[in-house]
Amino acid sequence: MISSTIARKVAMALSGLFLILFLGQHFTINMTSVFSERIFNLISHFMGNNPLVQFVLQPILIFGVLFHFIMGLVLEYQNSRSRRIKYVSYKGSANASWVSRNMIISGVVILSFLGLHFYDFWVPEINYKYVEFLPEDPDRYFEELVHKFHSPVRVSLYALSFVFLALHLYHGFASSFQSLGFNNKYSRGLKWFTVAFSWVIPAGFIFIAIFHHLNG
Amino acid sequence: MNLTLKIWRQANAKAKGEMVTYSISDVSPDMSFLEMMDMHNELLIDRGEDPVAFDHDCREGICGMCSMFINGEAHGPDRLVTTCQLHMRKFKDGDTLTIEPFRANAFPVIKDLAVDRSAFDRIQQAGGFVSVNTSGNTQDANAIPIDKHDADKAFDAATCIGCGACVASCKNASAMLFVSAKVSQYALLPQGKIEATDRVLNMVNQMDEEGFGNCTNTGACEVECPKGISLENIARMNREYLTASLKD
Amino acid sequence: MAKLDSKIPQGSLSEKWTNHKSNINLVSPANKRMIDVIVVGTGLAGASASATLAELGYNVKTFCFQDSPRRAHSIAAQGGINAAKNYQGDGDSTYRLFYDTIKGGDYRSRESNVYRLAEVSTNIIDQCVAQGVPFARDYGGLLDNRSFGGVLVSRTFYAKGQTGQQLLLGAYSAMNRQIGRGKIKMYNRHEMMDLVLIDGKARGIITRNLVSGEIERHSAHAVVIASGGYGNVFFLSTNAMGSNVSATWKIHKRGAYFANPCFTQIHPTCIPVSGEHQSKLTLMSESLRNDGRIWVPKRIEDVKAIREGKLQPTEIAEEDRDYYLERRYPAFGNLVPRDVASRAAKERCDAGFGVNKTGEAVYLDFADAILRYGKEQAHVKGWDESDTVLVKKLGQEVVRAKYGNLFQMYEKIVDQDPYETPMMIYPAVHYTMGGVWVDYNLMTSIPGCYAIGEANFSDHGANRLGASALMQGLADGYFVLPYTIGDYLADDIRTGTISTDSPEFEAAEKEVKQRLEAFINNKGKHSVDYYHRKLGKIMWDKCGMSRNEKDLKEALRDIKALREDFYKNVNVPGVTNEFNEQLAKAGRVADFLELGELFAKDALERTESCGGHFREESQTPEGEALRDDKNFTFVSAWEHKGEPSKAKLHKEVLNYEEIEVKTRSYK
Repeated sequence: MISSTIARKVAMALSGLFLILFLGQHFTINMTSVFSERIFNLISHFMGNNPLVQFVLQPILIFGVLFHFIMGLVLEYQNSRSRRIKYVSYKGSANASWVSRNMIISGVVILSFLGLHFYDFWVPEINYKYVEFLPEDPDRYFEELVHKFHSPVRVSLYALSFVFLALHLYHGFASSFQSLGFNNKYSRGLKWFTVAFSWVIPAGFIFIAIFHHLNG
Repeated sequence: MNLTLKIWRQANAKAKGEMVTYSISDVSPDMSFLEMMDMHNELLIDRGEDPVAFDHDCREGICGMCSMFINGEAHGPDRLVTTCQLHMRKFKDGDTLTIEPFRANAFPVIKDLAVDRSAFDRIQQAGGFVSVNTSGNTQDANAIPIDKHDADKAFDAATCIGCGACVASCKNASAMLFVSAKVSQYALLPQGKIEATDRVLNMVNQMDEEGFGNCTNTGACEVECPKGISLENIARMNREYLTASLKD
Repeated sequence: MAKLDSKIPQGSLSEKWTNHKSNINLVSPANKRMIDVIVVGTGLAGASASATLAELGYNVKTFCFQDSPRRAHSIAAQGGINAAKNYQGDGDSTYRLFYDTIKGGDYRSRESNVYRLAEVSTNIIDQCVAQGVPFARDYGGLLDNRSFGGVLVSRTFYAKGQTGQQLLLGAYSAMNRQIGRGKIKMYNRHEMMDLVLIDGKARGIITRNLVSGEIERHSAHAVVIASGGYGNVFFLSTNAMGSNVSATWKIHKRGAYFANPCFTQIHPTCIPVSGEHQSKLTLMSESLRNDGRIWVPKRIEDVKAIREGKLQPTEIAEEDRDYYLERRYPAFGNLVPRDVASRAAKERCDAGFGVNKTGEAVYLDFADAILRYGKEQAHVKGWDESDTVLVKKLGQEVVRAKYGNLFQMYEKIVDQDPYETPMMIYPAVHYTMGGVWVDYNLMTSIPGCYAIGEANFSDHGANRLGASALMQGLADGYFVLPYTIGDYLADDIRTGTISTDSPEFEAAEKEVKQRLEAFINNKGKHSVDYYHRKLGKIMWDKCGMSRNEKDLKEALRDIKALREDFYKNVNVPGVTNEFNEQLAKAGRVADFLELGELFAKDALERTESCGGHFREESQTPEGEALRDDKNFTFVSAWEHKGEPSKAKLHKEVLNYEEIEVKTRSYK
């Protein structure tokens, strides 16, 4: 089924929507850190130790990320080869937004951020739990979080990648509904929602980072 | 008006092409773009050079044969027009015009600015029809009332002229707007519903075989379409395709 | 005269077609598989015939010069298609459609063919709807109709201003289905170069692959020509750039009679020529005359001032305007038929009152309509009817809703806002009623060679009614030819595949190659378009909207001289075995240069005025067309005798049994 162009774009849309769902969930948890260290630690501990989350949802998420990323690269490759002789003059800006034409750029930036993010949180976390088998401390999460936002360079990088995430979402979120065949009288409202989401959520992440940087 | 023309010249499908620069003077702003090209060809013939080959026929924006990529856009900078309806008054004295063929692997160049768009025909042959024979005793035309809104939407989709501007404009050279226009027309009408499943699967399959790129919803096709065919049709085709795939 | 047997079936008019269908020979389904048919052209007639013949089981080979069958010029038809459905309950019937068509054609068409056309018209609509053609519908979901061209009923089915497009795409889709099944072999970008006769029967064609330049031989048991009209003999017309006479001219030279070549329709509402560079003309739907008033200034000083740009048309006072149609034809006013409106515009422009820089344009003014509709709207809404700004705005909205797309098209081409200033229009060549002579079965005077659609002469007489061209194309292709061709092919079931190695194919191919080589080797001084423009000018000036003996004789002489000059001095660049548009064009213009002469000869011969053919010598004291039924109630069918000037006239006398022949009057 993945062999057809439409199937591929539907797969991109579905994996993208799944990642957006995850993003929303991640944002909600992170946001609690602004209000309450206790709740944040509580949820983090749950997420970090619940076997369903750890051994079922986490692999699905990793698969989702990898799938979305690899499929994106495959599509980009195929698309770039569908016009082997390029135009001498091609005015893409006349008919389509920069974001929609450069999803691969925003996507790669986000991916490199994910690399950093894995290096920062996920690798130490796995190391902590499954390599060194350190004793579990249900209150360690908040401090780890705040600690990471000490460096202004890191906060800036973090903020920058969320700007790219916003761009990626700005096109991708609404686009995924079009790919799934959703285009009707509710589309305008939905578009409004996706645009709001794509700016508010990344802005929220940036806010959290700056908040902890300033208060940490 | 005096203009500089940069035109893609390619002797035949196998030859290697290149951009060649010409200058032309005394162009009237009232000319259509193709009349300017005619004038340029007359000058080339008089100079003993090979005239520029380009496709054109009706010159009133309906046959879909003209196909030039002018200054980076399919059918040039004006909206909702084909190349033949573009007038020179849209340009200024002294402008440089870059004129290229519609480009896509699925649209190989035949000569200069003329390309082979038979891929579109083959997609239509794969399913762009209602299987009804001519008999002279089909049921009365008014026996199937059709909701006016659906009929109007089907008509809007059916106004596609098959020029290929959607493919030419799309950064991925995708043919989704063209294919979806036909799929939509039939999907909206009761006559077309009977074969809907096979139609969408076969047409999409043929589209993929022809080597068009994937749709990434940039929306360039809708903006450049001389007939204003809506992206809504692509969504409808996606829907039709999904339903059909699940059925199969 | 034996060859000119129209084969009209016996019996009463309304029974003829039914009886004929029951009595003609048929080919069994098993035998149809062994029979090949060639169709040249993929407009409404060619596409519908190809599809239907393939559905019936014949092996069809179809040819078009465009890059896809969907591009044929039927696609540009705007207004609609007539059919005697009587859905509006306004008293329409097969007979009424038949009567209107004969009368509209100024009593110069064959009764039996026209009746059959009216009879099958209803099937066309059923067939097209079944194919998914999106005709306009009302809110109840049923098909909508509009009235057209001054008839008294609403029988025109339409799809906005793109009826031709939708019908052609319907026929194209039916073809695609058969191409997919392998029953039609489609040859795009192929031009027919000649017809091949074996033992006096049409057995194949020679084609040129326009991409590779290759000359090919194709054989078949019958050849159908559906290549459209020859309006481009005038250089400027509303036809597509590629529309040409070559296929029909080639069969004419092989023995098919050419009928009524001088019957040409000149459409009154086209966008005027803007300069020497003009390559074609654009039609604006006839419906505009429902609301627009046509005028020129009364005083020649005003005309001069307008041409110099010193005066705007809106500044000319009401009493200084000459609404010449309303003046001359008080009963019908601006709604006189096409031929009458065109001639009246020419008369004013010839008298020096043309309003654009070339002096060939009249005004079509919507100011009154805008005011009238605006006041009506203001009244309905209970607003101030004396507020001119408001009234104008409201009126413009109404006009936009009715004619928005046409106004937009005008604005794109002319760069003037027709809501603010009157449109400029001028008549242009639009359709040719004349064409290849065919009998009741649509077979030409060559056995096995058929002509359908605009390519034949059969149904429109001396003038065609609006929305009838689409009807005839589809009637011929879907419902007439597929039956009548079986009568001929029934004798061919034992013939087997026709070889293309015969000396006849050999000779025809050689001739074609020599002709092409001659063009390339000529290395003359002038381009093909140079000659085409010159021919167009002679045709327009001397065989245009009104004709006289002196001009026609000059035309005969000038065209002949131009043709000789063409063969001596034409310059065709490139080589034969490549994509060479100039070479293709040279062949077409060469044929126009011969047809043009026959055209003038036919016009000279017919000293009466009828329909689109107006002879200045034959008019009433008031300047109206005067028909001569006593001497000219016949079809002129010309037989080729080496060159156009030597063509021999055969007359098919027209007998009117059901209809009383009357004078048309619009006063």
